Amino acid sequence: MIEIGLGHYLSLGAIIFFLGVIGIFLNRKNVIVILMSIELILLAVNINLISFSIFSGDIIGQIFTMLILTVAAAEAAIGLAIIVVYYRNRGSIRVEDIHGMKG
Amino acid sequence: MIIHSIFFYFFSVIAIFSSLMVITSRSTINSVFFLILDFISVGCLFIMVGAEFLGMILLIVYVGAVAVLFLFVVMMLNVAEQKQSWFIGKKSTHIPTGLIVSVLILLELLVVVGGWKYKDDVMSSNTLLLSDISNTHQLGLVMYTEYILYFQLAGIVLLLAMIGAILLTFRERVGVKKQSYFNQISRNPSNAVELIDVKSNQGIKIDD
Repeated sequence: MIEIGLGHYLSLGAIIFFLGVIGIFLNRKNVIVILMSIELILLAVNINLISFSIFSGDIIGQIFTMLILTVAAAEAAIGLAIIVVYYRNRGSIRVEDIHGMKG
Repeated sequence: MIIHSIFFYFFSVIAIFSSLMVITSRSTINSVFFLILDFISVGCLFIMVGAEFLGMILLIVYVGAVAVLFLFVVMMLNVAEQKQSWFIGKKSTHIPTGLIVSVLILLELLVVVGGWKYKDDVMSSNTLLLSDISNTHQLGLVMYTEYILYFQLAGIVLLLAMIGAILLTFRERVGVKKQSYFNQISRNPSNAVELIDVKSNQGIKIDD
């Protein structure tokens, strides 16, 4: 309990991952919160990679964390651009109003 | 070591609380602020565990750029007044399924973490990498030599994201006058100047 090991960091990553997934499913509000939940999921993945990298003394995990940060930034930019275009066309980004494909 | 655990619990409690608030808070702007708090506390955890460079990247790039991008979009789209309506309104069949799937994912992850057989030297934070070169130096030594291809590919991904975001949100506005160099330098007197005989005491009517 006092000794902080790898399991503590992995549990933190698992809990944040769980909160991100539950945020995607439970969201009834708008699409921006779904993008934020995806950011939470990627943050949990980064926690896992960095804790494994530190606790096993290998720097490669931090390289991969950096690549994940790059992809997450690109994904946020593209996703927000799509949301802006959608709002411009439809005037709403509520999740219930987005049913153009009847999914 | 006691300091390490105290700070770990402090920052992780803040991270979990703020990520809970991201998905449950009532207005979108509060969600963005709690996302910023989440990034800051996880960045502090990264710095504390020894990955200083990525912790600072998380603080500077994520809080400074990505979260502010979210703030800009929330401000632009005027979604702040859309209140959250959980479990009310129209029938939603996906919420129980989503809850079941999420709880199953959490249980699986915790089972994997709890049942993992660690190597003895991996188990404790006593084996944290304590070398004489810093974390940033180590990252640079590996990233610019062995992983230079991935580094360049990450740059290309960012470039493509920038081009895509600009192309998606670009719109041609009507009524905005722009300068066209080609039209300017390809004018000649025959079609640019018009000579009109103006009779005295009469104006001319310029049709436009």
